Formats: sequence, C-alpha cells, structure tokens
Amino acid sequence: MTAEQIAQYLISGAVVGGIYALIALGFVIAFGITRIVNFAQGEFVMLGALAMATLSARGVRAPVAFACSVVSVAAFGALLYRGALQPLTRAPALAVLILTIGASITIRGVALILWGTDPLAVPAFAAGPPVLVAGAVMVRQGFWVLGVAAASFVALWWFFTRTYSGAAVQACAVNPLAARLMGIRVDRVGVLAWLLAAGLGAAAGAVISPITYATYDMGLMLGLKGFVAAVLGGLVSPPAAIAGGFLLGVVESLAAGLVSSAYKDAVAFVVLVLVCLAQVLGALPWRVVEEG
Amino acid sequence: MHVISALLVALVVVGAYLPAVAQEPYRLGAIFSITGPGSSLGIPERDTALMIEADVNARGGIKGPDGRLHPLKLVIYDDASDETKAVLAAKKLIDEDKVTAIVGTTLSGTSLAILDTVQRAEVPLISCAAAAKIVEPAAERRWVFKTPQSDHLIVGVLVDYLKAKGLTKVGWLNVDYAFGQLGWIEFEKATAAAGLSVVANEKFGQKDVDMTAQLTRVKAASPQAVVVWSIPPSASIATKNYADLGLRMPMFQSHGVGNKKYIELASGAAEGVRFPAGKLLVAEQLADNDAQKPVLLAYARDFETRYGPRNTFGGHAWDAVQLAVRALGKAGSDRGGVRAAIEGTRNFVGISGVFDFSPSDHNGLDRRAATMIQIVDGQWKLAR
Amino acid sequence: MGAPERRVVLSAVAVLVAGAPLAVESRYLLAMLVFIALNGLPAVGLSLVMGFAGQVSLGQAAFFAVGAYVSGVLTATHGWNGWLALLLGVAAAAALAVVVGLPIFRLSGLLLAMATLAFGIIVYYVLVNWSAVTGGPSGLAGVPPLTLGRFRFDTDARMFWLAWGSLLGVLALTGNLVDSRIGRALRAVHGNEAAAAAVGIDTARLKLGVFVLAAAITALAGGLYAHYLTFINPSPFGFGYSVELLVMVVLGGAASLWGAVLGAATVVLLVEALRAVLPLLTAAHGAAEYEIALFGLLLMAFMLFRPSGLAGLAPRAS
Repeated sequence: MTAEQIAQYLISGAVVGGIYALIALGFVIAFGITRIVNFAQGEFVMLGALAMATLSARGVRAPVAFACSVVSVAAFGALLYRGALQPLTRAPALAVLILTIGASITIRGVALILWGTDPLAVPAFAAGPPVLVAGAVMVRQGFWVLGVAAASFVALWWFFTRTYSGAAVQACAVNPLAARLMGIRVDRVGVLAWLLAAGLGAAAGAVISPITYATYDMGLMLGLKGFVAAVLGGLVSPPAAIAGGFLLGVVESLAAGLVSSAYKDAVAFVVLVLVCLAQVLGALPWRVVEEG
Repeated sequence: MHVISALLVALVVVGAYLPAVAQEPYRLGAIFSITGPGSSLGIPERDTALMIEADVNARGGIKGPDGRLHPLKLVIYDDASDETKAVLAAKKLIDEDKVTAIVGTTLSGTSLAILDTVQRAEVPLISCAAAAKIVEPAAERRWVFKTPQSDHLIVGVLVDYLKAKGLTKVGWLNVDYAFGQLGWIEFEKATAAAGLSVVANEKFGQKDVDMTAQLTRVKAASPQAVVVWSIPPSASIATKNYADLGLRMPMFQSHGVGNKKYIELASGAAEGVRFPAGKLLVAEQLADNDAQKPVLLAYARDFETRYGPRNTFGGHAWDAVQLAVRALGKAGSDRGGVRAAIEGTRNFVGISGVFDFSPSDHNGLDRRAATMIQIVDGQWKLAR
Repeated sequence: MGAPERRVVLSAVAVLVAGAPLAVESRYLLAMLVFIALNGLPAVGLSLVMGFAGQVSLGQAAFFAVGAYVSGVLTATHGWNGWLALLLGVAAAAALAVVVGLPIFRLSGLLLAMATLAFGIIVYYVLVNWSAVTGGPSGLAGVPPLTLGRFRFDTDARMFWLAWGSLLGVLALTGNLVDSRIGRALRAVHGNEAAAAAVGIDTARLKLGVFVLAAAITALAGGLYAHYLTFINPSPFGFGYSVELLVMVVLGGAASLWGAVLGAATVVLLVEALRAVLPLLTAAHGAAEYEIALFGLLLMAFMLFRPSGLAGLAPRAS
C-alpha cells in the first residue's frame, strides 16, 4: 500500500464525488422547497449527458453545448413540475412519489427511443493527456467536473444568500404559509426549485459524459447514489449534501481499493445503514432528515 | 378501475386468440433482449433474424418435406433482459403463437429461466446465449441447443495465446454480471491447468463509471498482462482508465468487445488490445481455403449494407435462425422432427464456427471457432 | 369490506381458482395468472406495512430473494424436502426482518424508507457475490418442483392452484388480522402514533410485527417462484423489483389488501397487454422500444387521475 495508491483512490473518488454532490444538491433543492422526493432526478443527469453528446456530435463547441444542455433540461424539469406535479399538491405523498417514478420510467423510455441503447462518446472539454497530482493520475475532464461543481455551489450560495429571490426561496422552504403572507408567489418558487434541480442534474451529466459516456440508462445508479448522498446530508441542507456527495465518492473508491472491489457498489448503502444506525443510537452530532 | 382491469384481461385474452392458426407458414419464435442490459447484444440479433426472414421469403419461402414452399413467419418478443418476461414470452410463443421452434434468448439468465418451459412443452430451443449450463448436461437438455462458443472454448484460446507469448503472471478484472463471472470460472481453471498464475483478481459493476481503484490494485501486483472480461460501456471505460493510468503491460479483453462501438468509445486507448472472438471480425484476412470465409463475407456484407457495423452477436442469431430454417425444411412444422433435424446437423458452416451437433453435444463447436484478434489502427487484425 | 362480505368474496374467488385451469388451456394465460399471485403475495405484505403500519419499505425484494434462495439452495444443492425448505425460507426471512427491523423501526418516515432501501440493495449484492452458495450472477439451475407424494407441482395449472391457494389463504388470515384487536391497534398507530402510544399500544412492537409478517408472506412467494421457474438468479430481485411492488400497492390503494392484489394484476397485465397491442399499432418490429415509455406514461396518467389508487387510500373502516 503506497502513498501513491492512496492518492489515486482519493483523487478518483473526489471526481466521482463531485458528481454525486451535484446530484445530491438537486435532490435537496427539490425536496426542500416542494417536499417531493424526485425519483426522476437521475434522468435529468442522463438527459444532460445525452444532450451534450448530440450537440457535440453536431460540432457545437463544448461551452455552448454545455450551456444549451443545462438550460434545456432545466426548462424541461420546470415544465415537468408545473405540468404534472404541481397540480397534485393535495394528493398523498405516496401518489406523488409514484408519479415521479412514472416520470422517470417515461423519460428513460423516450430516451431509449430517441437515442437507442448504444453508449455515446463525448469529447473532453479540453483535449490533453492526464495530469499527475500528488503521484496520482487525474484526467483533465476531472478538473472540469470539480470546477463545474464548485462553480455551481458558489453560484447557488450567492443566489440564496445575496439575492431577494434566493431569500424568498428559502422562506418558502422554511414556512410556505408565512412566505405567502409576505407576498411571495409560492407556486412560482416551486417551479424555480425544479428548474435549479434539473439544471444541476443536467450539469452533472454533461460534465461527466466524456468520462462515462452517455447511455439512456445511466441515470438509475447515479440518481440512487446521489440520493443516498443527499440523505446523508439530511435532505434539507445543501452544504451537507455536497459534503455527503464527496464523502461518498471517496469512501467508495477507498473501499474498492483497500478492501475489496466486489462490493464497491454496495458501499454507498452500507454507509447509509451505518448512518441510520448511528442516528438510532443517538451517536450522530446532527439530525439526519428533518421530519416534513 | 375494476372495469379497466377487466378490459385489460379481455384485451390480452382476445389478442391472444385473434390470429387464426394458419397451416401454411412455418412459424418460428424468437426471444431477444431488445431493451435492458442485454440490448446491445439483442438488437443486432433481432436485426439479423429479420434479415434472414426477408431473404428467405424473397426467395418464396422454405421448401418443406412436402415439396411445397412455405413462407417463414417470425414472431419476435422482447424479454427486456428479465427472466419472468422471458418465461411469459416463451409460453406465449408456444401456446398462443404455436411456433414450431424458438430462437433465443440473448442472455444466459433468461435462457436458463425458460429451459423448463421449452423442455416440458417439447419445443426445440436454439439459444443465442453463452453459458455452457444451457446445454449441459446433455442428457437433461434434449430440446435445447446453442450457437455461441462456450466460455471454456473462448477462454481456452486466450490462455493458449498467453502461454505461447510467455505471459505467465496475469491480472484479471471482470464485470459482476453472469458473463463476467462465467469467464472468471473458466479462466481460473484454464490458467491453473496451463501453469499461469493470476496475481490480481478484481470486479466492477456494469454501471460503474470509474475503475481506477480496481486497476490501481491490479497495477500494484505487477502483472505481465491484464485481462478485462466485460462488455461496453464498462469495458470501454476500463480501457480508457487503463491508458490514463499509464499502464504499459498488454491488455486483453473478452469477446464481448467484438463490435466497432468498443473501439470508438475507447478513442485510441483500445490500440493494441487483443481479444479472442469468432472469425467474423477478420473475415477478409482469412485464408481463402477457410470453409467459413465465404459465409462470413456474405453475412458481413448483407448486415453492413442494411444495418450497420458487423458484430459477433448478430452472428449467433444468424447461426440459430439458419439452423432452424434448415430443420424446418427437413421436417416441416413437426417439433420433434425439427429437434431431430437440428441434432443431426453435421458440418454446418456458420458464423460462430463449423457446427457438428450430436446427441451428446448440443453446441457443436471446437477450438477452431475462435481466434485471437488485435486492434491495430482502429481495425481488427488477426493477432500474431 | 366487513368479515361476512370478505368470506363471500374469498369463497367466490376460491371457486374461480379451483375451476380456472379446467377452463383455461393456455399455459401462457395460466403462467400470467401464476405470476399475478406470486406478485400479489408480496404486494399484500407491503400493503400491510404501508397501509396499517404506515411505513414505506423499499426493500421487500430482499425477502422475496431470501425465500427463493433458501428454498432453492436447500433443495437443489442439498436435496432437502421442498416443503421443509420453503418453510425454512419463510422462517429465515422472518428472522432477518426481526434483526433488521429492531433497529430501523426506531427511525421513521423517510429515513426508515431509506434504511429499507439500503438493506434491500445490500442483500442483492450479497447474492451476487456469495457465489459459492448462491451461484453468483449466473444463478442456480435445477431447483426441483414441489412434490406431494407422487403428485408433482410441475405444470402451470398445478402451480396456479398452489400459488392462488396460498394467496387466498394469506388474504383470509390477514383479513382476520385486520379486523381483530391488533388490526384496530395498527390503524390507530397509522392514524396518530402519539395518541396510540398514549393509550398504551406498544407501537414499536406492532410495527415490527407487521414488518415480520410481511417478510414471511413475501418469502413464501419467493420460494414458490423458485420451484416454479426451477432456476433463480439475482437479477429479478434488485431495487427495481422493490419499486415495482411499491407501484403495485399504490396503484391498488395502499390500505386495501385486495387492492394490492388488483395492483399486482394490473402491472402484470399491463406489460403483457402492451406486448400484445403494440405490434398491431406500430406494425413495425421496433415496437419493443416503445413499451417502456408507454408503461411510464400510463403509470403517470393513472396517478394524475386516480391518485388514491384502485381501492382508495384511506384506512379501511370495518
């Protein structure tokens, strides 16, 4: 076991963790404001990746393709909420959950029809060989992943804390009734929340697609792990979700490298179980998941 | 809502009995994984089957034992890579569509799941899946045949090559699907018998996006060569990771990467990769006296004009459907007769190899059915 | 429905079940009905957990798998008697439910659901990796059918009787349970946990009890599945199946046992109906790719227009 190997696990884990963090953040924003667990979040990731692949194949340059992918999927997410979910605010939470499951199946099915089953390659945003970081290899696209993640977090932080709309969104999350009394259009805020969540998912998909390719069914596993990361962070705390995402990526990588690769995919869920147990035993310094 | 359920039941029952059972066409059933994880294999299989159906019917049909031409009617169902759906599809083909024989399935799991159904109903099945268990033990598989080369055959070709090249310390990674697991079981046996040592043994998931952790472990064991046993996209990601990590030792892959997609996706990292596969991919480079060459070239040309780049999985379906067509020609729509006809097939020059079936061998292939292929300049070449 | 009405319905269905294989010759239709029952059982179990204990479990597939694998491995690899193996599978699942349920039922709401989700997926990975026992991803073939003396349950008709017999038995049992004191207590818990606790109902034990019962019922279905297909592998038992069960229960109405069976029937029939209808509409062989999208759209439409499911979501009044 060399320092180089450990560095490799950490670096690879951090890149994947950035993706989980982006996806987790999307879950948190959607749930925090509309109280909906969005089963289709992973599909936004997939759509972002496929859109990126299609645009790149048409010769569109990376920054433009990225922006277009994110914006179009964000708009789609907002439409989905407005059209299918917002009308159901009075319905039982379970029905809404099943509705998002139906949405995720439909989106996947349509993606299959439009793009087929073959994975699509996406060129890296900037060509060039991998880079050595502390003795570990990191592909250049990894920098883009971390960069997009960081930029998104900063932009969101700025939005929530420094703008009126952001404050309004937070108010809705905390107390919708009071927010409405203050003149905030709560239903508009829900749409905005889903716009952001879908945009974050699409950004994650678009930036990781050069590494993982774009496939119509890539959203399932990524969405599930992003969800676990979000839950680790309490499902309502954006910074915790981000931390949860990175933590998950790194732990996964370390476990595969140091213990056994056979159970790598199970790691996320073992971590989840441990966190749940810790909560039961009262060993957690913070409370996971505010009851809603 | 009870009404809707009742309507659904009615729809299915009516739909099932609707088509009149015509005696004229020869009915062949097919179950492929057109959606789900097996779809990259199932779609070329379906396309190949359709191609043969069109060609056969363009010639007027199959000449049966009665001397008359019968059109070929292919009924294709998607099992969505799911065992339950495969069982229902098989029963539907047998009871509702009244097919004489069934071709498929794509994946080993679904084939194993329908064995009981086809054997009980006494309907011949020609599977396009790889697991040896599908046709072994032969005494308990009277009605089941398969066309892909078995794993021990493919692995045998690879291990022979490794030994011949003096690569005795090998690292191994496999995808945690049946395909990968079966490959490992055979590889472990074959390397032990050949005196090679496996210094690292790692696994990854089909949906994993990063294999650097596993490859780092393998690298630490200093193997002389690394074998990766999976299919795209995970095979391609592993290939890129391999190059990115700067691993210099030769990489070998499985026959799962026998399509152009793999090379495209690995974008340069696949250069120099070697893998065992059927001869379809290097058909043009075979010696002119190779019995398979004309058949391979004809199929490659047909498939490439109509559908796209050739791949070996479509080839498995070609073999299966052609075998069925020949058997129908000999025995008509008699299921037992078709079974006997398939079992009695000798020296059938197919895509996956030259088939010699017998009551004790329902796969009918030997080592000559696979060869080592190397990717050079993005093209397939016979490996030296 | 009340107890007398329930008896009538059960008897009527029992008569139908007894007579059906004599009227229905198609093995395809019989097989579909078998799968409806084999899905109906875990759906009923989940319905108990959700409708009466008010908890969501996203890991029921794991119990199905335990039932299938314990019974399958004991009979295929070790030559045990089929019924004993089946029973042991059910017991194993119940034991597992106790072990898992004790800690996690201290949680509630979303975290409980997440814990069950994690549990289900971990069991899946154990099945995939413990190849020596489970056969790994390529599965275990040669599971013998159940036998009673010389009578073998090896045809679709016989399995139909066995599966539906089990389902009706479970429905009768759980129906009584729902009406009993325990059932009323459960509904009290679902309605208002604090109030229930205040009246002296041991809510944690009740919820655990329902969870264990559901696990047992689900494992029974799993065992029957193994002996029906005679082949098992991990792929049907993943997270996707837990989600499918959830869909079945909500479609049918989460607080109704018969609703759960209806939900199971709807899902199975929907998939097969799509398979039958699509080729007629598109007249192309590309139909299979449309099935997924159509299924999702139908599901969404269902939830948009009938969010309370086929039998209503309110806890049943007796």
